[in-house]
Amino acid sequence: MLGYIDKIREISKGLLKDGKVDMIVGFRKGTAPLMNEPCRIVRADDTEHLVWDSNCGINLANYLANRKEKIGIVAKGCDSRNIVTHIIENKIKRDQLVIIGVPCKGMVDKFKLNRMADGEILEASEDEQSVTIKGEGFEKTVKKADVLQENCAVCTHRNPVIHDVMAADPVEEQKDIDPYAGVKAVEAMSTEEKRNYFDELTSACIRCYACRNACPLCYCPTCFVDESAPQWLGKTLDHVDTQTFHFLRAYHCAGRCTDCGACERACPMEIKVREFTKKLNKDCLELYGWEAGLTLEQRPPLDTFKLDDRENFIM
Amino acid sequence: MSDWEPKIVCFFCNWCTYGAADLAGVGRMEHPANTRVIRLPCSGRVSPKFILAALREGADGVWVSGCHPGDCHYIEGNYYARRKFALMKDLLEHMGMDPGRVQFSWISSAESTKYVDVAKKVIESIKELGPNTFFNKTQAKVA
Ligand code: SF4
Ligand code: SF4
Ligand code: FES
Repeated sequence: MLGYIDKIREISKGLLKDGKVDMIVGFRKGTAPLMNEPCRIVRADDTEHLVWDSNCGINLANYLANRKEKIGIVAKGCDSRNIVTHIIENKIKRDQLVIIGVPCKGMVDKFKLNRMADGEILEASEDEQSVTIKGEGFEKTVKKADVLQENCAVCTHRNPVIHDVMAADPVEEQKDIDPYAGVKAVEAMSTEEKRNYFDELTSACIRCYACRNACPLCYCPTCFVDESAPQWLGKTLDHVDTQTFHFLRAYHCAGRCTDCGACERACPMEIKVREFTKKLNKDCLELYGWEAGLTLEQRPPLDTFKLDDRENFIM
Repeated sequence: MSDWEPKIVCFFCNWCTYGAADLAGVGRMEHPANTRVIRLPCSGRVSPKFILAALREGADGVWVSGCHPGDCHYIEGNYYARRKFALMKDLLEHMGMDPGRVQFSWISSAESTKYVDVAKKVIESIKELGPNTFFNKTQAKVA
């Protein structure tokens, strides 16, 4: 995965030089360790700033909505699925894009690493299998597999589903994992337990909306959280307001969420906001045979119907 | 809390259930007065935001009712609505809402008997659940 970068730079440079795209959207090294930042590159010479490693968890599709330029975009599996979603939702046109597909082996979870560190992490490096973190008076090497982001650990679409050029050969997809094991555990709880579980889950939420901002699906000009007449939820930290936010944020992603994990990664309070979207993802799969972002040929589940859809809950 | 009576906010489609309620009234059929009806042009107009807003403002239950599949005035509004409701109900209950707080039915404008039957059932079952404490802002811990 680390070797991809030369190829990504080479492809990007070529695209800019030949005038095939106006910009490349990719990652450059961040100012803090474990946090590469999204960047836009418009000059062929600047492509050397592009990087690729296990700290590219941000979803780059987030930077595409309503763009008018021709864009070359670096896309791992989940980014590519959100690109598909953007195309079917008319947020960008397929022919505006040159998709540089990057097969992915998972991104590392900076929260997990932070918890393992004996102090602030000042430096991080990695090889194919492991990550090394360093700080004042400590240095630790851990297996990547043990510190993957949770969504990456259960990802079954590591290879881009749509691409114009690939930066490497496809990687093997993960098999024999149950992406919905966590949802099933909650489903097995009593009503009371479920309520407590989600209250506890969101109790630290400060309603900064970073989760929403990181999500490529959240492109509405005015989000429901900002509407004031009528006002759908209050600005307080009362759990009703917080839960209403989390319910609606997830619901608005129904049939669209690719489980890219960008929302969770963005949360400063380490709230597992995917617990909400995963339930909807599971429902969409079970009820409507749908996984988001896999095809340009079908309409998403809430934009279509079947005559015999489930209605056993309707009197 | 023996004299507690549930408040049930009802989102009825103009072309069917609303008519059925009207017909039941004209026919002098009775059911307990726990319902507060909001008329909408189609069940497809019902947004989850409406349902949450009702609960938040203190409703003890919500009842959504539209035309039978195939009979929607706008041909397919209720087919889309059916998918929305399925996902919504599942996620609400996943988060810990009592099953039965939010109920759905298809009732045509001719079915006044079904209307009264379902109304009684909805009211009865929500009574059994007791006052709503979920998504209810009137009990806010923070102002
Ligand atoms: S879940 Fe996290 S990112 Fe989202 S609003 Fe709450 S604190 Fe912010
Ligand atoms: S809700 Fe979270 S996991 Fe789903 S697409 Fe948005 S950022 Fe990705
Ligand atoms: S018109 Fe009654 S449900 Fe659409």
